[in-house]
Amino acid sequence: MQVPKVLGIETEYGIAGGPEQDPILASSIIVNAYALEGRTRINWDFDSESPSSDSRGVLNFTSFAPIVETHLANTVLTNGARLYVDHAHPEYSSPECRTPLEATLFDVAGEEVMLRAMNVSNQSLDPSMRMTLYKNNCDGKGNSYGTHENYLLSRDLEFKDVVAGVVPHFVSRQIIFGAGKVGAETEDGLEVNPAFQISQRAEFFEEVVGLETTLKRPIVNTRDEPHSDAERYRRLHVIIGDANMSQVATFVKLGSTSLLLSLLEAEGASVFPSMPVHPVQTVRSFAIDTSLTHAVLCEDGKNRTAWDFQDELWNLADSFVQRTGAPDVASEDEVSLIMKQWREMLDGVRDDPDSVADRIDWVAKLRVIEGLKDRYGLNDYDAKLRAVDLQYHDLRKDKSLARRVGLVELFSSEQVSEAVHNPPKTTRAYFRGQCVARFPEQIVAANWDSLVFDMGEGPLQRVPMVDPLRGTAELTQELLEKNPSVSALLKAMNG
Amino acid sequence: MSEQERIQKQKTERASTEQAVVNVDTTKSDQLKSDLDDLLDEIDEVLEENAEEFVRNYVQKGGE
Repeated sequence: MQVPKVLGIETEYGIAGGPEQDPILASSIIVNAYALEGRTRINWDFDSESPSSDSRGVLNFTSFAPIVETHLANTVLTNGARLYVDHAHPEYSSPECRTPLEATLFDVAGEEVMLRAMNVSNQSLDPSMRMTLYKNNCDGKGNSYGTHENYLLSRDLEFKDVVAGVVPHFVSRQIIFGAGKVGAETEDGLEVNPAFQISQRAEFFEEVVGLETTLKRPIVNTRDEPHSDAERYRRLHVIIGDANMSQVATFVKLGSTSLLLSLLEAEGASVFPSMPVHPVQTVRSFAIDTSLTHAVLCEDGKNRTAWDFQDELWNLADSFVQRTGAPDVASEDEVSLIMKQWREMLDGVRDDPDSVADRIDWVAKLRVIEGLKDRYGLNDYDAKLRAVDLQYHDLRKDKSLARRVGLVELFSSEQVSEAVHNPPKTTRAYFRGQCVARFPEQIVAANWDSLVFDMGEGPLQRVPMVDPLRGTAELTQELLEKNPSVSALLKAMNG
Repeated sequence: MSEQERIQKQKTERASTEQAVVNVDTTKSDQLKSDLDDLLDEIDEVLEENAEEFVRNYVQKGGE
């Protein structure tokens, strides 16, 4: 069975500065400042969260189940997103979106939310404590934090087929969607000590399949927490990916992955390229090969470069699109834009990297690094190059290098502002966001699949939203407009 | 069409997400090179003053 590819991205931002050098406190200030400014301070409801559920069906007791904090700053935004403190980082989890382009817009809106939160927070802080946020994934000291994609999948899929289907993509897609970095920082990485890596995250991956996200990170994460009807859906929680500054990279990353997942649902894992024999080594070796010539042995006995994998996957997706149109991913126009850009970026990154320096983060970053090296004769690991690496991801407009390298933008500032405030119309995020905007005083808790209202008297009222495709503008806009109070709304819904 | 008009046109087209168009001009490599030179010329104004200290002080806790 194929299901619409509802999707979204969660991003933990790097944070510097703040009082007492305490990143948890700093992150809390960021989240609370935005919440107070936007009066959307609503508790997250953990009742239906079960991040230790494992897609493989049986819990692997050698795994650490992720710990869910319940006491840190947490808020739901009027655009349906969640803004909160996760570990020691401010995190923006985008609302559920219906297409890759929409999810990209709401990821960009997340940057704007963080930027506004940072600016508001800094107004109340002593200049020596001003905070800076970075949309990156590592600190160069061996610490990594995530950018996770989420895709709605059919429950009919066997998890082993998910693994077989996604590993070829997940090990190789970094050549288009990697954000790049100077040097290495893990023990294994430092042994090789490359001057530059294509991906921020690659060297942190240690397993092929697993439940953890903070240690022994797996290429395929088995967290089975659909936040929806578990009989019908899975949520594929993708932890192997870099935060992109390039909007086109985010778009094509989401688009290519959605198309391949839709194909997997339609035709099974057997049509996909063979897995590399050693996936973890493959991820890492592809990351340090900026020449894109390194080939790895696959289970079918063939050797493939990252480019070969992507070429095969593109052709599979192309044939799928030709045959079906891939309506579960997006409209015909949007699907064709994904395919066109994916092809151009793939050919460009190998044949003429400059031609895609306006869309591929690692290529854009490497050009600046190489340019500085040439001009000043710097060594591979010079602090100035590492500063460039960090400041590529700086959210401050006057300090961001990503804003100066000529990346193509997909959205106008008006569109981004609209998405900062208003939810996508195409999923249940619409109903969540609208309720947060209309009834901030009466919502006492919220999570992905329900809202809890306090009516002032009587028991709290929980409104379940188990289907991500219900609660759309089409289904609820009229209801919301006709019923301006919570009691009228609930009555109409129950009636 | 001038560069400015082309950009303006792109922006207008992008106003509709369904019709988002990413124009790729394959004759732009000279422009890219000169843009990079401009960026390198002014990079010291953008980079944090003491790169070494800035990089050393950027320490994060692991997340996820």
